[in-house]
Amino acid sequence: MELPFNAYGVDPYGVSKWHLRVIFEAMSFFYRSYFRVRCHGIEHIPARGRAMVVGNHSGGVAVDGAMVVTSCFLEMEPPRLAQGMAEKFIAATPVASTWASRCGQFPGLPEHAVRLLEEDRLLMIFPEGARGTAKLYPQRYDLVDFGTGFMRLALKTRTPIIPFGFLGGGAAIPTVANLYGLGKVLGMPYVPVTPYVLPLPLPVPLEIHYGEPMVFEGTGNEEDTVIQGYVEQVKERIAGIVERRRHERWEGR
Amino acid sequence: MRILILGIGGAVARRVALQLRDKGHTVFGIDTRPWEGGPSDIEVHEVDLRKRPAEDVFRTRRPEAVVHMATVTSLRVQGEERHRINLGGTRVVFEHCREYGVKHAVFVGRHTFYGAAPDSALYHTEDEPPKELASFPELADLVAADLYASTALWRYPELTTSVLRVCYSLGPSAQGTLATFMRGRRVPMVAGYDPLFQFLHEDDVASAITLTVEKRVRGVFNVAGPQPLPLSVIIRQAQRQPVPLPMMVLRQLLGRFGLPRLPPGALYHLQYPIVVDAKAFREATGFTYRFDEVRTIESFLAAHPPHAHAARSSSIGSRRSGC
Repeated sequence: MELPFNAYGVDPYGVSKWHLRVIFEAMSFFYRSYFRVRCHGIEHIPARGRAMVVGNHSGGVAVDGAMVVTSCFLEMEPPRLAQGMAEKFIAATPVASTWASRCGQFPGLPEHAVRLLEEDRLLMIFPEGARGTAKLYPQRYDLVDFGTGFMRLALKTRTPIIPFGFLGGGAAIPTVANLYGLGKVLGMPYVPVTPYVLPLPLPVPLEIHYGEPMVFEGTGNEEDTVIQGYVEQVKERIAGIVERRRHERWEGR
Repeated sequence: MRILILGIGGAVARRVALQLRDKGHTVFGIDTRPWEGGPSDIEVHEVDLRKRPAEDVFRTRRPEAVVHMATVTSLRVQGEERHRINLGGTRVVFEHCREYGVKHAVFVGRHTFYGAAPDSALYHTEDEPPKELASFPELADLVAADLYASTALWRYPELTTSVLRVCYSLGPSAQGTLATFMRGRRVPMVAGYDPLFQFLHEDDVASAITLTVEKRVRGVFNVAGPQPLPLSVIIRQAQRQPVPLPMMVLRQLLGRFGLPRLPPGALYHLQYPIVVDAKAFREATGFTYRFDEVRTIESFLAAHPPHAHAARSSSIGSRRSGC
Protein backbone atom coordinates (compact mmCIF):
# COMPACT_ATOMS: atom_id res chain seq x y z
CA MET A 1 0.00 0.00 0.00
CA GLU A 2 1.47 3.33 -1.06
CA LEU A 3 0.97 5.44 2.03
CA PRO A 4 3.75 7.47 3.66
CA PHE A 5 3.91 5.50 6.90
CA ASN A 6 6.59 6.63 9.34
CA ALA A 7 8.75 4.53 11.64
CA TYR A 8 5.77 3.99 13.92
CA GLY A 9 3.58 2.77 11.06
CA VAL A 10 1.45 5.92 11.03
CA ASP A 11 0.84 8.26 8.10
CA PRO A 12 0.50 12.07 8.36
CA TYR A 13 -3.27 11.72 8.82
CA GLY A 14 -2.97 9.18 11.60
CA VAL A 15 -3.80 6.20 9.39
CA SER A 16 -2.20 3.25 11.12
CA LYS A 17 -0.68 0.21 9.51
CA TRP A 18 -1.61 -1.93 12.54
CA HIS A 19 -5.22 -0.83 12.53
CA LEU A 20 -5.48 -1.42 8.77
CA ARG A 21 -4.12 -4.92 9.15
CA VAL A 22 -6.62 -5.78 11.89
CA ILE A 23 -9.60 -4.23 10.16
CA PHE A 24 -8.89 -5.72 6.73
CA GLU A 25 -8.32 -9.18 8.20
CA ALA A 26 -11.79 -8.94 9.70
CA MET A 27 -13.28 -7.33 6.61
CA SER A 28 -11.85 -9.95 4.27
CA PHE A 29 -13.92 -12.56 6.12
CA PHE A 30 -17.08 -10.54 5.60
CA TYR A 31 -16.10 -9.69 2.02
CA ARG A 32 -15.21 -13.21 0.89
CA SER A 33 -17.15 -15.56 3.15
CA TYR A 34 -20.09 -13.74 4.70
CA PHE A 35 -21.32 -11.48 1.88
CA ARG A 36 -19.45 -13.28 -0.95
CA VAL A 37 -18.99 -9.93 -2.68
CA ARG A 38 -18.79 -9.92 -6.48
CA CYS A 39 -16.66 -7.06 -7.70
CA HIS A 40 -16.51 -6.01 -11.35
CA GLY A 41 -14.55 -3.28 -13.10
CA ILE A 42 -11.95 -2.71 -10.40
CA GLU A 43 -9.48 -2.01 -13.22
CA HIS A 44 -11.23 1.32 -13.74
CA ILE A 45 -9.73 2.60 -10.49
CA PRO A 46 -6.24 3.98 -11.20
CA ALA A 47 -3.39 2.21 -9.45
CA ARG A 48 -2.13 5.55 -8.16
CA GLY A 49 -3.03 9.20 -8.32
CA ARG A 50 -6.13 11.07 -7.21
CA ALA A 51 -9.53 9.60 -7.94
CA MET A 52 -13.00 9.60 -6.51
CA VAL A 53 -15.24 6.52 -6.38
CA VAL A 54 -18.83 7.74 -6.30
CA GLY A 55 -21.80 5.46 -5.80
CA ASN A 56 -25.22 4.74 -4.41
CA HIS A 57 -26.00 3.93 -0.82
CA SER A 58 -27.48 0.53 -0.24
CA GLY A 59 -28.41 -0.72 3.22
CA GLY A 60 -29.29 1.01 6.46
CA VAL A 61 -25.79 0.97 7.91
CA ALA A 62 -22.34 1.40 6.41
CA VAL A 63 -21.95 -2.11 5.00
CA ASP A 64 -21.73 -0.64 1.50
CA GLY A 65 -18.91 1.71 2.41
CA ALA A 66 -17.01 -0.99 4.28
CA MET A 67 -17.25 -3.39 1.32
CA VAL A 68 -16.20 -0.75 -1.23
CA VAL A 69 -13.14 0.12 0.87
CA THR A 70 -12.40 -3.60 1.25
CA SER A 71 -12.77 -4.21 -2.48
CA CYS A 72 -10.12 -1.56 -3.21
CA PHE A 73 -7.84 -3.22 -0.70
CA LEU A 74 -8.37 -6.85 -1.67
CA GLU A 75 -8.99 -6.63 -5.40
CA MET A 76 -6.38 -4.05 -6.41
CA GLU A 77 -2.70 -4.76 -6.88
CA PRO A 78 -1.10 -2.98 -5.10
CA PRO A 79 -3.96 -2.44 -2.65
CA ARG A 80 -5.34 1.08 -2.31
CA LEU A 81 -6.98 2.68 0.69
CA ALA A 82 -10.28 4.29 -0.25
CA GLN A 83 -10.92 7.05 2.25
CA GLY A 84 -14.53 7.77 3.01
CA MET A 85 -16.18 10.97 4.00
CA ALA A 86 -17.92 9.69 7.11
CA GLU A 87 -20.83 11.15 9.05
CA LYS A 88 -19.65 13.63 11.65
CA PHE A 89 -21.26 11.77 14.56
CA ILE A 90 -18.71 8.98 14.10
CA ALA A 91 -15.88 11.33 15.06
CA ALA A 92 -17.67 12.11 18.30
CA THR A 93 -18.36 8.47 19.16
CA PRO A 94 -15.86 6.72 21.44
CA VAL A 95 -13.93 3.82 19.90
CA ALA A 96 -15.57 4.35 16.50
CA SER A 97 -13.80 7.70 16.19
CA THR A 98 -10.41 6.15 16.82
CA TRP A 99 -10.92 3.19 14.52
CA ALA A 100 -12.44 5.31 11.76
CA SER A 101 -9.59 7.81 11.77
CA ARG A 102 -6.86 5.16 12.12
CA CYS A 103 -8.37 3.52 9.01
CA GLY A 104 -8.51 6.79 7.08
CA GLN A 105 -12.24 7.44 7.34
CA PHE A 106 -12.57 11.11 8.26
CA PRO A 107 -15.55 13.41 8.86
CA GLY A 108 -17.05 14.60 5.60
CA LEU A 109 -15.54 18.08 5.49
CA PRO A 110 -14.60 19.79 2.22
CA GLU A 111 -11.21 20.64 3.73
CA HIS A 112 -10.45 16.95 4.24
CA ALA A 113 -11.57 16.02 0.76
CA VAL A 114 -9.52 18.72 -0.97
CA ARG A 115 -6.42 17.95 1.03
CA LEU A 116 -6.61 14.21 0.46
CA LEU A 117 -7.19 14.59 -3.27
CA GLU A 118 -4.35 17.05 -3.60
CA GLU A 119 -2.17 14.37 -2.04
CA ASP A 120 -3.31 11.96 -4.76
CA ARG A 121 -5.42 9.76 -2.54
CA LEU A 122 -8.50 7.73 -3.39
CA LEU A 123 -11.73 9.14 -2.03
CA MET A 124 -15.02 7.29 -1.59
CA ILE A 125 -18.13 9.41 -1.76
CA PHE A 126 -21.83 8.68 -1.42
CA PRO A 127 -23.53 11.82 -2.75
CA GLU A 128 -26.89 10.71 -1.38
CA GLY A 129 -25.56 11.23 2.15
CA ALA A 130 -27.52 10.00 5.16
CA ARG A 131 -30.74 10.19 3.11
CA GLY A 132 -29.33 7.39 0.98
CA THR A 133 -28.85 4.95 3.82
CA ALA A 134 -32.34 5.78 5.12
CA LYS A 135 -33.98 4.03 2.15
CA LEU A 136 -36.52 1.43 3.17
CA TYR A 137 -36.58 -2.05 1.65
CA PRO A 138 -39.07 -1.27 -1.15
CA GLN A 139 -36.88 1.66 -2.29
CA ARG A 140 -33.63 -0.30 -2.10
CA TYR A 141 -32.79 0.19 -5.79
CA ASP A 142 -33.87 3.84 -5.95
CA LEU A 143 -31.49 6.77 -5.84
CA VAL A 144 -32.38 9.88 -3.85
CA ASP A 145 -31.14 13.35 -4.80
CA PHE A 146 -27.37 13.73 -5.08
CA GLY A 147 -25.51 16.57 -3.40
CA THR A 148 -23.42 18.73 -5.70
CA GLY A 149 -20.37 19.24 -3.47
CA PHE A 150 -18.52 16.24 -4.86
CA MET A 151 -18.77 17.59 -8.42
CA ARG A 152 -17.39 21.02 -7.51
CA LEU A 153 -14.63 19.21 -5.64
CA ALA A 154 -13.82 17.02 -8.63
CA LEU A 155 -13.65 20.03 -10.94
CA LYS A 156 -11.59 22.08 -8.53
CA THR A 157 -9.05 19.32 -7.96
CA ARG A 158 -9.21 17.89 -11.52
CA THR A 159 -10.16 14.48 -10.21
CA PRO A 160 -11.65 11.68 -12.30
CA ILE A 161 -14.89 10.18 -11.00
CA ILE A 162 -15.28 6.42 -11.04
CA PRO A 163 -19.00 5.69 -10.70
CA PHE A 164 -20.06 2.48 -9.01
CA GLY A 165 -23.30 0.68 -8.36
CA PHE A 166 -23.74 -1.24 -5.12
CA LEU A 167 -26.38 -3.96 -4.98
CA GLY A 168 -27.63 -6.17 -2.21
CA GLY A 169 -27.31 -3.89 0.79
CA GLY A 170 -31.07 -3.38 0.92
CA ALA A 171 -31.58 -7.14 1.22
CA ALA A 172 -28.74 -7.55 3.70
CA ILE A 173 -30.30 -4.95 5.98
CA PRO A 174 -33.98 -4.93 5.06
CA THR A 175 -34.96 -1.69 6.74
CA VAL A 176 -38.67 -1.42 7.53
CA ALA A 177 -38.49 1.80 9.55
CA ASN A 178 -36.07 4.46 10.71
CA LEU A 179 -36.25 5.80 14.26
CA TYR A 180 -35.26 9.44 13.92
CA GLY A 181 -36.15 10.33 17.52
CA LEU A 182 -33.97 7.62 18.99
CA GLY A 183 -31.19 8.60 16.59
CA LYS A 184 -31.32 12.17 17.85
CA VAL A 185 -30.99 10.94 21.42
CA LEU A 186 -28.00 8.79 20.46
CA GLY A 187 -26.40 11.56 18.38
CA MET A 188 -26.97 9.71 15.09
CA PRO A 189 -29.11 10.69 12.07
CA TYR A 190 -31.53 7.79 12.79
CA VAL A 191 -31.63 4.16 13.92
CA PRO A 192 -32.72 1.67 11.24
CA VAL A 193 -35.14 -1.11 12.23
CA THR A 194 -35.33 -4.46 10.46
CA PRO A 195 -38.05 -7.15 10.75
CA TYR A 196 -35.75 -8.80 13.28
CA VAL A 197 -35.37 -5.40 15.05
CA LEU A 198 -31.58 -5.01 15.12
CA PRO A 199 -29.88 -3.65 11.97
CA LEU A 200 -27.48 -6.58 11.77
CA PRO A 201 -26.70 -7.52 8.16
CA LEU A 202 -27.85 -10.88 6.80
CA PRO A 203 -25.39 -12.99 4.76
CA VAL A 204 -26.77 -11.82 1.44
CA PRO A 205 -24.50 -11.76 -1.64
CA LEU A 206 -23.42 -8.22 -2.46
CA GLU A 207 -22.20 -6.75 -5.73
CA ILE A 208 -20.02 -3.78 -6.60
CA HIS A 209 -19.77 -2.67 -10.21
CA TYR A 210 -17.26 0.02 -11.03
CA GLY A 211 -17.83 1.93 -14.26
CA GLU A 212 -15.45 3.74 -16.57
CA PRO A 213 -13.96 6.98 -15.21
CA MET A 214 -15.84 10.18 -15.95
CA VAL A 215 -13.80 13.34 -16.38
CA PHE A 216 -15.41 16.78 -16.31
CA GLU A 217 -13.72 20.01 -17.26
CA GLY A 218 -14.17 23.17 -15.20
CA THR A 219 -13.04 25.17 -12.22
CA GLY A 220 -15.70 24.21 -9.68
CA ASN A 221 -17.12 27.74 -9.70
CA GLU A 222 -19.65 27.10 -12.46
CA GLU A 223 -23.31 28.00 -12.19
CA ASP A 224 -25.54 25.60 -10.26
CA THR A 225 -27.31 24.53 -13.44
CA VAL A 226 -24.03 23.47 -15.04
CA ILE A 227 -22.93 21.55 -11.95
CA GLN A 228 -26.37 19.99 -11.60
CA GLY A 229 -26.11 18.79 -15.20
CA TYR A 230 -22.79 17.09 -14.52
CA VAL A 231 -24.17 15.55 -11.32
CA GLU A 232 -27.15 14.17 -13.25
CA GLN A 233 -24.75 12.50 -15.68
CA VAL A 234 -23.03 10.71 -12.81
CA LYS A 235 -26.34 9.82 -11.22
CA GLU A 236 -27.66 8.40 -14.49
CA ARG A 237 -24.54 6.33 -14.95
CA ILE A 238 -24.88 4.87 -11.43
CA ALA A 239 -28.63 4.35 -11.83
CA GLY A 240 -27.94 2.58 -15.12
CA ILE A 241 -25.50 0.17 -13.47
CA VAL A 242 -27.94 -0.56 -10.64
CA GLU A 243 -30.92 -0.96 -12.97
CA ARG A 244 -29.12 -3.29 -15.34
CA ARG A 245 -27.72 -5.48 -12.58
CA ARG A 246 -30.96 -5.74 -10.58
CA HIS A 247 -32.65 -7.33 -13.56
CA GLU A 248 -29.68 -9.58 -14.23
CA ARG A 249 -29.74 -10.64 -10.57
CA TRP A 250 -33.45 -11.34 -10.89
CA GLU A 251 -32.69 -13.56 -13.89
CA GLY A 252 -30.05 -15.35 -11.83
CA ARG A 253 -27.01 -14.00 -13.67
CA MET B 1 20.76 43.38 15.39
CA ARG B 2 19.63 44.20 18.94
CA ILE B 3 17.02 41.67 19.97
CA LEU B 4 14.93 41.70 23.12
CA ILE B 5 13.42 38.41 24.25
CA LEU B 6 10.51 38.67 26.64
CA GLY B 7 10.14 35.64 28.88
CA ILE B 8 13.79 34.70 28.38
CA GLY B 9 13.74 32.38 31.38
CA GLY B 10 11.72 29.73 29.53
CA ALA B 11 13.40 26.65 28.11
CA VAL B 12 12.68 27.47 24.48
CA ALA B 13 13.33 31.20 24.94
CA ARG B 14 16.80 30.41 26.27
CA ARG B 15 17.50 28.34 23.21
CA VAL B 16 16.32 31.20 21.00
CA ALA B 17 18.60 33.59 22.87
CA LEU B 18 21.62 31.33 22.45
CA GLN B 19 20.95 30.70 18.78
CA LEU B 20 20.57 34.41 18.04
CA ARG B 21 23.67 35.21 20.10
CA ASP B 22 25.64 32.58 18.17
CA LYS B 23 24.55 34.20 14.93
CA GLY B 24 26.17 37.44 16.05
CA HIS B 25 23.18 39.37 17.34
CA THR B 26 23.10 41.35 20.56
CA VAL B 27 20.56 39.60 22.75
CA PHE B 28 19.02 40.73 26.02
CA GLY B 29 15.93 39.66 27.84
CA ILE B 30 13.27 40.36 30.38
CA ASP B 31 11.84 37.84 32.82
CA THR B 32 10.83 37.70 36.45
CA ARG B 33 12.64 34.38 36.63
CA PRO B 34 16.44 34.38 36.83
CA TRP B 35 18.56 32.57 34.25
CA GLU B 36 20.86 30.68 36.59
CA GLY B 37 24.23 30.11 34.98
CA GLY B 38 23.28 32.02 31.87
CA PRO B 39 25.97 33.35 29.53
CA SER B 40 27.55 36.63 30.51
CA ASP B 41 26.99 38.18 27.08
CA ILE B 42 23.21 37.89 27.36
CA GLU B 43 21.92 40.37 29.89
CA VAL B 44 18.74 39.47 31.70
CA HIS B 45 16.59 42.11 33.35
CA GLU B 46 14.64 40.54 36.19
CA VAL B 47 11.63 42.82 35.99
CA ASP B 48 7.91 42.48 35.41
CA LEU B 49 7.03 43.11 31.80
CA ARG B 50 4.06 45.25 32.77
CA LYS B 51 6.03 47.53 35.08
CA ARG B 52 8.01 50.69 34.47
CA PRO B 53 11.49 49.08 34.61
CA ALA B 54 10.55 46.94 31.61
CA GLU B 55 9.69 50.04 29.63
CA ASP B 56 13.07 51.43 30.65
CA VAL B 57 14.71 48.47 28.94
CA PHE B 58 12.90 49.37 25.72
CA ARG B 59 13.84 53.03 26.07
CA THR B 60 17.46 52.62 27.00
CA ARG B 61 18.43 49.53 25.00
CA ARG B 62 16.35 50.37 21.90
CA PRO B 63 15.79 46.84 20.53
CA GLU B 64 15.27 46.47 16.79
CA ALA B 65 13.39 43.20 17.17
CA VAL B 66 11.28 41.91 20.06
CA VAL B 67 10.36 38.28 20.59
CA HIS B 68 7.36 38.01 22.90
CA MET B 69 7.42 34.70 24.73
CA ALA B 70 6.22 36.03 28.07
CA THR B 71 2.76 34.54 27.98
CA VAL B 72 1.66 32.11 30.66
CA THR B 73 0.60 28.85 29.09
CA SER B 74 0.47 26.73 32.23
CA LEU B 75 -3.07 25.97 33.23
CA ARG B 76 -2.11 26.22 36.87
CA VAL B 77 -2.32 29.99 36.64
CA GLN B 78 -5.91 30.94 36.06
CA GLY B 79 -8.35 33.80 36.33
CA GLU B 80 -7.67 37.52 36.44
CA GLU B 81 -3.93 37.16 36.93
CA ARG B 82 -3.56 35.14 33.74
CA HIS B 83 -5.56 37.68 31.76
CA ARG B 84 -3.39 40.48 33.13
CA ILE B 85 -0.20 38.70 32.13
CA ASN B 86 -1.25 37.35 28.75
CA LEU B 87 -3.55 39.99 27.33
CA GLY B 88 -2.38 43.00 29.32
CA GLY B 89 1.25 42.03 28.80
CA THR B 90 0.81 41.62 25.05
CA ARG B 91 -0.82 45.02 24.81
CA VAL B 92 2.08 46.60 26.68
CA VAL B 93 4.60 44.91 24.39
CA PHE B 94 3.05 46.30 21.21
CA GLU B 95 2.66 49.75 22.74
CA HIS B 96 6.34 49.79 23.70
CA CYS B 97 7.29 48.50 20.26
CA ARG B 98 5.51 51.40 18.62
CA GLU B 99 6.72 53.94 21.17
CA TYR B 100 10.38 53.01 20.95
CA GLY B 101 10.76 52.38 17.24
CA VAL B 102 11.02 48.58 17.22
CA LYS B 103 11.06 47.35 13.63
CA HIS B 104 9.94 43.75 14.12
CA ALA B 105 7.74 42.09 16.75
CA VAL B 106 7.36 38.33 17.00
CA PHE B 107 4.44 36.98 19.04
CA VAL B 108 4.87 33.34 19.93
CA GLY B 109 1.41 31.83 20.34
CA ARG B 110 -0.10 28.37 20.41
CA HIS B 111 -1.62 26.09 17.83
CA THR B 112 -4.39 25.28 20.31
CA PHE B 113 -5.92 28.57 19.11
CA TYR B 114 -7.90 26.50 16.59
CA GLY B 115 -9.59 24.37 19.21
CA ALA B 116 -10.44 20.69 19.33
CA ALA B 117 -13.81 19.48 18.13
CA PRO B 118 -15.22 16.37 16.44
CA ASP B 119 -16.02 18.31 13.28
CA SER B 120 -12.68 20.11 13.05
CA ALA B 121 -10.62 19.70 9.94
CA LEU B 122 -7.27 17.99 10.17
CA TYR B 123 -4.57 20.50 9.28
CA HIS B 124 -5.86 23.93 10.17
CA THR B 125 -4.70 26.82 8.05
CA GLU B 126 -3.95 30.34 9.28
CA ASP B 127 -7.16 31.85 7.92
CA GLU B 128 -9.39 29.82 10.23
CA PRO B 129 -11.05 31.52 13.20
CA PRO B 130 -10.44 30.37 16.79
CA LYS B 131 -12.75 27.64 17.97
CA GLU B 132 -10.99 27.29 21.26
CA LEU B 133 -13.19 29.80 23.05
CA ALA B 134 -16.29 27.64 22.86
CA SER B 135 -14.87 24.49 24.36
CA PHE B 136 -11.97 25.69 26.45
CA PRO B 137 -12.67 29.09 28.06
CA GLU B 138 -9.62 28.70 30.28
CA LEU B 139 -7.49 29.54 27.25
CA ALA B 140 -9.51 32.61 26.28
CA ASP B 141 -6.72 34.95 27.31
CA LEU B 142 -4.21 33.23 25.03
CA VAL B 143 -6.62 33.36 22.12
CA ALA B 144 -7.31 37.01 22.86
CA ALA B 145 -3.58 37.74 23.02
CA ASP B 146 -3.09 36.04 19.63
CA LEU B 147 -5.90 38.05 18.09
CA TYR B 148 -4.60 41.25 19.65
CA ALA B 149 -1.12 40.60 18.27
CA SER B 150 -2.66 39.89 14.86
CA THR B 151 -4.34 43.28 14.84
CA ALA B 152 -0.90 44.90 14.97
CA LEU B 153 -0.55 43.80 11.34
CA TRP B 154 -2.96 46.54 10.31
CA ARG B 155 -2.83 48.88 13.29
CA TYR B 156 0.93 49.40 13.11
CA PRO B 157 1.91 49.06 9.45
CA GLU B 158 5.38 50.44 10.18
CA LEU B 159 6.02 47.51 12.58
CA THR B 160 6.65 44.16 10.95
CA THR B 161 4.63 41.70 13.00
CA SER B 162 4.96 37.92 12.98
CA VAL B 163 2.36 35.89 14.83
CA LEU B 164 3.49 32.30 15.25
CA ARG B 165 1.09 29.54 16.24
CA VAL B 166 3.52 26.91 17.36
CA CYS B 167 2.59 23.29 18.00
CA TYR B 168 3.58 21.58 21.25
CA SER B 169 7.28 21.48 22.03
CA LEU B 170 8.95 18.38 23.37
CA GLY B 171 12.51 17.75 24.38
CA PRO B 172 15.05 17.47 27.17
CA SER B 173 13.70 20.32 29.30
CA ALA B 174 10.33 18.56 29.73
CA GLN B 175 8.71 21.98 29.88
CA GLY B 176 5.57 22.83 28.00
CA THR B 177 2.06 21.41 27.95
CA LEU B 178 2.70 18.05 26.32
CA ALA B 179 5.91 17.34 28.22
CA THR B 180 4.32 18.26 31.53
CA PHE B 181 1.36 16.05 30.73
CA MET B 182 3.67 13.10 30.09
CA ARG B 183 6.07 13.59 32.94
CA GLY B 184 4.61 10.86 35.14
CA ARG B 185 4.85 7.10 34.69
CA ARG B 186 1.15 6.82 33.83
CA VAL B 187 -0.55 9.13 31.39
CA PRO B 188 -4.33 9.42 31.29
CA MET B 189 -6.32 9.18 28.09
CA VAL B 190 -10.03 9.40 27.42
CA ALA B 191 -11.20 5.85 26.77
CA GLY B 192 -12.28 5.36 23.19
CA TYR B 193 -10.34 8.36 21.86
CA ASP B 194 -6.79 8.68 20.61
CA PRO B 195 -6.26 12.10 19.02
CA LEU B 196 -3.32 13.10 16.89
CA PHE B 197 -0.77 15.30 18.63
CA GLN B 198 1.70 17.48 16.77
CA PHE B 199 4.99 18.37 18.37
CA LEU B 200 8.33 19.89 17.54
CA HIS B 201 11.68 19.47 19.24
CA GLU B 202 12.59 22.41 21.48
CA ASP B 203 15.66 23.17 19.39
CA ASP B 204 13.54 23.22 16.25
CA VAL B 205 11.03 25.58 17.87
CA ALA B 206 13.94 27.84 18.72
CA SER B 207 15.26 27.57 15.16
CA ALA B 208 11.85 28.49 13.76
CA ILE B 209 11.70 31.59 15.95
CA THR B 210 15.29 32.51 15.12
CA LEU B 211 14.51 32.17 11.44
CA THR B 212 11.44 34.36 11.85
CA VAL B 213 13.58 37.09 13.41
CA GLU B 214 16.20 36.88 10.69
CA LYS B 215 13.81 36.65 7.74
CA ARG B 216 11.50 39.28 9.27
CA VAL B 217 8.41 37.64 7.81
CA ARG B 218 5.15 39.49 8.18
CA GLY B 219 1.87 37.72 8.89
CA VAL B 220 0.32 34.87 10.83
CA PHE B 221 2.03 31.50 10.53
CA ASN B 222 1.46 28.01 11.86
CA VAL B 223 4.71 26.38 12.94
CA ALA B 224 5.06 22.61 12.94
CA GLY B 225 7.63 20.00 12.11
CA PRO B 226 7.31 16.24 11.85
CA GLN B 227 3.99 14.57 11.16
CA PRO B 228 1.54 14.26 14.06
CA LEU B 229 1.22 11.02 16.00
CA PRO B 230 -1.63 9.44 17.95
CA LEU B 231 -1.34 10.26 21.63
CA SER B 232 -1.13 6.56 22.54
CA VAL B 233 1.90 6.12 20.26
CA ILE B 234 3.69 9.09 21.84
CA ILE B 235 2.98 7.80 25.33
CA ARG B 236 4.20 4.29 24.55
CA GLN B 237 7.30 5.48 22.72
CA ALA B 238 8.10 7.66 25.72
CA GLN B 239 7.86 4.42 27.74
CA ARG B 240 4.92 5.65 29.72
CA GLN B 241 1.79 3.67 30.50
CA PRO B 242 -1.36 4.97 28.78
CA VAL B 243 -4.31 4.78 31.15
CA PRO B 244 -7.56 5.03 29.21
CA LEU B 245 -10.35 6.10 31.52
CA PRO B 246 -13.99 6.83 30.80
CA MET B 247 -14.65 10.54 30.60
CA MET B 248 -16.79 10.58 33.74
CA VAL B 249 -14.10 8.81 35.76
CA LEU B 250 -11.30 10.93 34.33
CA ARG B 251 -13.06 14.14 35.31
CA GLN B 252 -13.13 12.96 38.92
CA LEU B 253 -9.57 11.67 39.03
CA LEU B 254 -7.68 14.57 37.45
CA GLY B 255 -5.28 16.13 39.90
CA ARG B 256 -5.36 13.04 42.13
CA PHE B 257 -3.35 9.80 42.27
CA GLY B 258 -0.46 11.36 40.39
CA LEU B 259 -2.57 12.35 37.38
CA PRO B 260 -2.05 15.88 36.04
CA ARG B 261 -4.46 18.63 37.03
CA LEU B 262 -6.41 19.82 33.98
CA PRO B 263 -9.46 22.04 33.53
CA PRO B 264 -12.52 20.41 31.91
CA GLY B 265 -11.88 22.08 28.56
CA ALA B 266 -8.51 20.38 28.30
CA LEU B 267 -10.26 17.03 28.04
CA TYR B 268 -11.37 17.98 24.53
CA HIS B 269 -7.70 18.00 23.63
CA LEU B 270 -7.56 14.36 24.74
CA GLN B 271 -10.50 13.49 22.50
CA TYR B 272 -10.07 15.42 19.27
CA PRO B 273 -6.96 16.44 17.35
CA ILE B 274 -5.58 19.92 16.74
CA VAL B 275 -3.21 19.69 13.81
CA VAL B 276 -1.90 22.63 11.83
CA ASP B 277 -0.73 23.09 8.28
CA ALA B 278 2.65 24.83 8.42
CA LYS B 279 3.17 25.10 4.67
CA ALA B 280 2.97 28.91 4.63
CA PHE B 281 5.70 29.21 7.24
CA ARG B 282 7.96 26.77 5.41
CA GLU B 283 7.51 28.70 2.19
CA ALA B 284 8.10 32.08 3.84
CA THR B 285 11.19 31.12 5.81
CA GLY B 286 12.55 27.92 4.31
CA PHE B 287 12.25 26.29 7.73
CA THR B 288 13.08 22.60 7.97
CA TYR B 289 13.07 20.65 11.18
CA ARG B 290 16.18 18.78 12.31
CA PHE B 291 14.59 16.34 14.72
CA ASP B 292 11.98 13.94 13.39
CA GLU B 293 9.24 12.53 15.59
CA VAL B 294 11.35 9.53 16.62
CA ARG B 295 14.36 11.56 17.74
CA THR B 296 12.16 14.15 19.44
CA ILE B 297 10.47 11.55 21.61
CA GLU B 298 13.82 9.89 22.28
CA SER B 299 15.31 13.18 23.46
CA PHE B 300 12.44 13.60 25.91
CA LEU B 301 12.74 9.99 27.06
CA ALA B 302 16.50 10.21 27.55
CA ALA B 303 16.17 13.29 29.74
CA HIS B 304 13.10 12.05 31.60
CA PRO B 305 12.92 8.27 31.77
CA PRO B 306 9.71 7.02 33.38
CA HIS B 307 11.56 5.31 36.20
CA ALA B 308 13.15 8.60 37.26
CA HIS B 309 10.40 9.26 39.79
CA ALA B 310 10.60 5.75 41.16
CA ALA B 311 14.39 5.90 41.34
CA ARG B 312 14.24 9.23 43.11
CA SER B 313 11.68 7.87 45.58
CA SER B 314 13.72 4.77 46.26
CA SER B 315 16.91 6.76 46.77
CA ILE B 316 15.08 8.99 49.24
CA GLY B 317 13.78 5.84 50.90
CA SER B 318 17.26 4.31 51.14
CA ARG B 319 18.70 7.54 52.58
CA ARG B 320 15.99 7.52 55.19
CA SER B 321 16.62 3.90 56.06
CA GLY B 322 20.35 4.71 56.25
CA CYS B 323 19.62 7.33 58.88
